[in-house]
Amino acid sequence: MAERGPVSVRIEDVHVSFGRTRVLTGVSLHIEPGEFFAFLGPSGSGKSTLLRAIAGFGPTPAGRILIGDQDVTTLPPWKRNVGMVFQSYALWPHMTVRKNVAFGLEERKVAAAEIRRRVDAALELVGLSEFGERRPAQLSGGQQQRVALARTVVVEPRVLLLDEPLSNLDANLRVQMRRDILELQRKLALTTIFVTHDQEEANTMSDRMAVLNDGVIQQVGVPMQLYDRPANLFVADFLGTANVLEGRFAVEHGRSRFRDESGIEMPINDVVKYESGAVMFRPQNLTIQSPGSGHAAGIVPLPGTVQYVEFLGSIVRYAVAVGPHVILVDASHRQGDRVFPQDAAVEVGVDPACVITLAQ
Amino acid sequence: MTTFARTPFGPAGVAILLGVFLLVFLVIPVAKVVFVAFQDPNTGAPTLVNFVDFFNTSLFRESFFNSLYVALMSVVVASVIAMPLAYFTTRFNFNGAILIQTLGVIPLIMPPFVGAVAMQLLFGTNGSINLLLDEWFGINIPFMEGLNGVILVESIHYFPFILINLSAALNNIDRAMEESAQNLGASGLRLFRRIVFPLAMPGYVAGASLVFLKVFDDLGTPLLLNVNNMLAPQAYLRISSIGISDPMGYVISVILVLFSLFALWTSFLAMRGKEYATVQKGGGGLMKRDLRVWEKAGAYAVVIFTLLIVLSPHIGLTLLSFGTIWSFSVLPDAYTLANYQEVIGTTSEYITNTMLYAGLAALIDVVFGTAIAYLVWRTGLVGRQWLDYLATGALAIPGVVLGIGYLRTFYDVEVPFLDKPLASWWVIIVVALAVRRLPYALRACVAALQQVAVALEEAAENLGATKFRTVKRVVVPLMSGGIIAGFITSFATAAVELSATIMLVSAESDAPLSYGIYVFMQSAAGRGPGAALGMIAVIIVGVATYLSHRVIERGKRERALEAALAGGV
Repeated sequence: MAERGPVSVRIEDVHVSFGRTRVLTGVSLHIEPGEFFAFLGPSGSGKSTLLRAIAGFGPTPAGRILIGDQDVTTLPPWKRNVGMVFQSYALWPHMTVRKNVAFGLEERKVAAAEIRRRVDAALELVGLSEFGERRPAQLSGGQQQRVALARTVVVEPRVLLLDEPLSNLDANLRVQMRRDILELQRKLALTTIFVTHDQEEANTMSDRMAVLNDGVIQQVGVPMQLYDRPANLFVADFLGTANVLEGRFAVEHGRSRFRDESGIEMPINDVVKYESGAVMFRPQNLTIQSPGSGHAAGIVPLPGTVQYVEFLGSIVRYAVAVGPHVILVDASHRQGDRVFPQDAAVEVGVDPACVITLAQ
Repeated sequence: MTTFARTPFGPAGVAILLGVFLLVFLVIPVAKVVFVAFQDPNTGAPTLVNFVDFFNTSLFRESFFNSLYVALMSVVVASVIAMPLAYFTTRFNFNGAILIQTLGVIPLIMPPFVGAVAMQLLFGTNGSINLLLDEWFGINIPFMEGLNGVILVESIHYFPFILINLSAALNNIDRAMEESAQNLGASGLRLFRRIVFPLAMPGYVAGASLVFLKVFDDLGTPLLLNVNNMLAPQAYLRISSIGISDPMGYVISVILVLFSLFALWTSFLAMRGKEYATVQKGGGGLMKRDLRVWEKAGAYAVVIFTLLIVLSPHIGLTLLSFGTIWSFSVLPDAYTLANYQEVIGTTSEYITNTMLYAGLAALIDVVFGTAIAYLVWRTGLVGRQWLDYLATGALAIPGVVLGIGYLRTFYDVEVPFLDKPLASWWVIIVVALAVRRLPYALRACVAALQQVAVALEEAAENLGATKFRTVKRVVVPLMSGGIIAGFITSFATAAVELSATIMLVSAESDAPLSYGIYVFMQSAAGRGPGAALGMIAVIIVGVATYLSHRVIERGKRERALEAALAGGV
C-alpha cells in the first residue's frame, strides 16, 4: 500500500464550484516529492478547498489531481491514503487517545500486535506515550494537535495535509509546534502540504509556497523570493508592508525610468515592457537621514517630512510625507541611535536595486 | 417579577420564601407519600409489609410488568418512528425537512389521552382501518387491543422527544469527525457504526429515557383506553375508590418515583461529560448529500406515511367532534356542529377554569423561575443550588404521586374563611400545576439569564443602580423573551395536564378542560362533546405553542442580528 519513498502531487487545471459560486479557477501546481509546501492566502481564497480536494472532500473538481502517478480525482477519500490533520483536530471524543490513533490501522485490517507496536511508536514520536488511555477532552490544545498528527502519520500516508495546523494554539506553543511539525516532516520524509493565512508560518515552515487569492494562484515560489520579488500587488501586500507608487514607465538610454504624477522619479534597473504600472519597495530597504547629508551612488533621494514615528522595538517605523504620498521607512533600532522627531525634514533614500515594478 | 424587585428583605428573604414554598408543596407531600408507603396501616409502625402485599397481589404484579412493558415498547416504537426521520434531516439535502420538523411538534400539541378515544375509533377492532382491512383483505390487526393501544398512542405522542434529541445530537457532530474517519480509510456502515452512532448515542439515550419516564408515569391514556391493569391507573383507582388510607396507592407512588428517578439518572449519565458538541466554527452537522430520484420518492413515502400516523389522533378527533354517530363505520354517519354548541353552551366553565388555572400556574412558574435562576446563577447565597435541585426534582414526581401527596397532606388543612380543606380548594390545582411545570419554566429562565452578560449588570450597578433596580431595569427586560416563552410553554402544558388534576378536582364546577374531556369520554354519548372539548384544548395549546415558537425565533433573530452588527464593526 505505502509506496517506496516520497511522492509528488500534481494538480492540473483544477476548477471547483459550490453550486454557482466558483471557488477555484484553473489551479495548476507541481509539488515535489518530500517537499514541505504551503497554500497561503486570506480567508475565502480557496486554499482550504484546494487542500480538501486533494484529500477527496468537497465537490468533485474539474481537472486532474495526481498523487505519484495515480489519478485520484474521482477516488473517494477513504481510498486515497492521504493523511489529513484537521483544523479542529477532529479527535473522536468517545475514544481514548490510543483508540483514536489505532483507528486508521484498524480500518486497514492491520494485525492487532502490529497495531499495538505502531501506535506505541506513533505516540512516542509525538511525545505522548504516557497519554494513551486519556480521552481527547483531557488533553491541552497542543497535546490534541500531537494526537491528531500521530493518528494521521501512523497509517503512513503518501501525503500529509495540514489544515491551519497552528491556528488553535496560543502564540508560544505555535512557535514550538512549528519546529516540531517541521522536524517530524523531515524525519518521515513525507510530502506535506499545509494551509495557512499567516505569512510568518508559511515563511518559516515551507520549502515553497503558493499564494492564493479569489480561487486563483497568484504566485508560486520560495518564501524569500516571493517576499522580495512579488509578481503582483496582491502578493506584495499580503506578504508584508509595501510602499506602492503608481505612475508611468519610459525607456531612456536603454533603461526604464519611473515617473509619477507628483514628480517623483527614479531609474529602474531593467527594461520594463509596460507603460503604466507601479513601483513597490519595502520599508526596510529604505534609508532615512537629514536633508543634504549626501548619498551613496545610485540612491534616489526623496525629500519629505516625518508625519509620525512608531517605536516597534527592534525597528523604528517612520511615516514620511513625500508630496501627496506617505512612505513608510523602517530604520533598525540600535541603542543611542538618533530618532527623527515628528515634523522633522528628512530625506528618504531609495535603492533602485530594491525597487520592484508591477504591471497595472 | 416586579414583586421580586420590590421585596423588602433582600435575596436571602426571597430564597427563604421560595424554599418554604417548595418544601410545603413538593417535599412534604412527597415525603408523606413515601412515609405512608412504609407505614403499617393499622399500627403506624415502619414496615415493609405494604411492599410485600403489593408483590403478593397478582393484579399489582401484572400492573407492574404491564407498565414496564408498555414503557419499554413505547420507547422501541417511538425509536422506529423517530430514527429514519432524524436520519433523513441530518444526512440528506431533503426538502421534506420542514415536514419532519412539523412532525416533531404536531404530536406535542395534543395530550395523548385526548386523542386516545379517537384512535380507538380509527384503529380499534371495529375502527375505520380494521373495517377497511377486513373488507379488502379479510384481516383484523389488533392495533388497539389492551396494552397495544396504550403503546401506539404513547409512542405516537412521545416520539418527538427522541426525534428532537437525536437530530440535535447528529447535528452537533462536526463534519470533520466524519471526514477524518474517511481520511483514515473508513466508509459506509463501518463509519456509521464506529463514529456517527457512538457520537449520537447520548442524545438518543436522553430522548429515550424521557419517553420511558413519561409513558411509565402516564395516567390519562390508560384510563381513557380503559386499560386499568397498569401502575398509574391502579394508584388512582385505589385512592379514588377505596380511599385515601389504602396503602397500595402509596406503594405504587414510591415505585413510580423510583423508576422516574432511574430514567432521569440514566438520561443524566448519558449526557454527562458526553455533551459531544463537537461542532467548531464554520459548517456543522454531518455531510449531507443529494438524494437520487427513487431515494427521494422513498424518503417522501416514509415521511408522509409517518405524518399520516402521527396526524391520525388529530384526524380522528376532528371527525369525532364534528360527527353525529360514529360506530362500526369507516367515517361518521353525518356531520354537525351540535357537539361544539353543547360544549360551549353548557360546560364553558371547563374552558374558563383552564384559562384561569393554567394562566396562574404559568405566572407563578415564570416569577419563581426567574427568581430562582437569578438567585442560583447571580448571587453567592449559601445553599442556593438547593433551590435549583428542589425545583428540578419535581421532574421525577409523577402527577398521580403529587396528587396523592396533596390529598394526604392538605386534607386536614382548613382554608381560612372558606371552611373547607385546602386539598379540595381549586387553588391547590393551580399550585399542583405550577409545581409540575416549574422545572421547564426554570430551564427557560436560566437559559434566558445566561444570555445576559454579567457586564451589563455591572454597568448598571456602576452607574448607581441597586441590585433590585438592576434586576428590574436591566436583567428582566433582557430576559423577557425567554420568560415569555417559558410562560407560554408552562401555560400550554398545564392547560392539558390530567394526572394531578384528576386527583384534586373536588367539584365539577372547579374542573378544567382535561377533566371535562375525561368525564365526557367515559360514555359513548359523551364522545362527541368530549372530542369538541379536546379540539378546543388542541387549539389553545397549538396557538400557545406557535406563539412561544415565534417569541423564541424572534429572540434568536435579534441576537443573530446583534452579533452580525457587532462583528461587522
